[in-house]
Amino acid sequence: MERIFKFAGDNGLLVAFVFVGVIMVLAYFLSRHVARGKVHGSAIAIALGLLLAFWAGADTGGKNGVADYPLLAGIGVLGGNMFRDFAIVATAFGVRMEDLRKAGLVGALSVPIGVILSFAVGAVVALAFGLTDPAEITTIGAGAATYIVGPVTGASLGVSSRIISLSIAAGLVKAVLVMVATPLVARRIGLDNPASAMVYGGLMGTTSGVTGGLAATDPKLVPYGAMTSTFYTGLGCLLGPSLIYLVIRAVL
Amino acid sequence: MPILGVALLAACTLAGLFVGDLLGAALGLEANVGGVGVAMLLLIALTNLPGRRLGPETPTGNGVQFWSLMYIPIIVAMAAKQNVFAAVSGGVMAAVAGVLAVLAAFALVPVLSRWAQRP
Repeated sequence: MERIFKFAGDNGLLVAFVFVGVIMVLAYFLSRHVARGKVHGSAIAIALGLLLAFWAGADTGGKNGVADYPLLAGIGVLGGNMFRDFAIVATAFGVRMEDLRKAGLVGALSVPIGVILSFAVGAVVALAFGLTDPAEITTIGAGAATYIVGPVTGASLGVSSRIISLSIAAGLVKAVLVMVATPLVARRIGLDNPASAMVYGGLMGTTSGVTGGLAATDPKLVPYGAMTSTFYTGLGCLLGPSLIYLVIRAVL
Repeated sequence: MPILGVALLAACTLAGLFVGDLLGAALGLEANVGGVGVAMLLLIALTNLPGRRLGPETPTGNGVQFWSLMYIPIIVAMAAKQNVFAAVSGGVMAAVAGVLAVLAAFALVPVLSRWAQRP
């Protein structure tokens, strides 16, 4: 057994390829025979991944889902930022410049609108739950933007680690919900063309949520949503501890 | 050669991420600002050079296309390494904030896309 763990650890990335391959096979089987084609295989695969991550987190107490099992450490590499960014950029191959240009202005505007919207919603929720310190309220708002904006804003405003972990949790809820819910509501919100995908990416902002949600909806839309969402976290980190904090402090 | 496509893709990704990193540092942030977006624009520009368009069926194009097809499995791996347990057990306030932020953004998507598609 010891030998197998060491062997798998030394070949982590290959184990990850097999692991994901097995999930994909299972997901496409479930899609065809249980969901009778109504739910896309990749949506089921992502949901299975999240489910396994939940289970692993409860079991190991770690932060990295199944990658906290030594046997599956390679998932941390394959699902890490490097491969994620590499594959997202690859999806831009075949994108038509004119599609990007058509939604250019609104796509770009959707990013600040999305950032401000998330902060506003998060701040109102924090107020409703009885927080009164503007720095803490801003941090919860930042968490409602993304799970990176939350701790970055909280750290620069100097709030307690309890509030920072709440903001990270809010961002994680958002990312997970976006991945799961996007394929379910896609038709209702008209998410079926490059322009609406750019708007959606800019409004949601959570890159893991957006790219996972679009992959489960229509992989052709991924590059458009990714393009705008990639600016969201940066803008949130820029505005959160500065402009938005000042506005929230002035309003209270 | 497929490796040329993979190398091109990697070079674009590295260049874009580095630009995003510098942009973040220039703004005094601990975050990458738009690096992936810059990398995508770079790849689109370099594969659509006038008169030298790179098609997905060419050997070089295959190298890029492969990684584009590996995208969903990589996202599944990403899903499997998320801290879902913390998201689910983060408390009511975190859950409400996250859920409402998503619902508000979903509601705005059709509004802004209608605006984008205006002739």
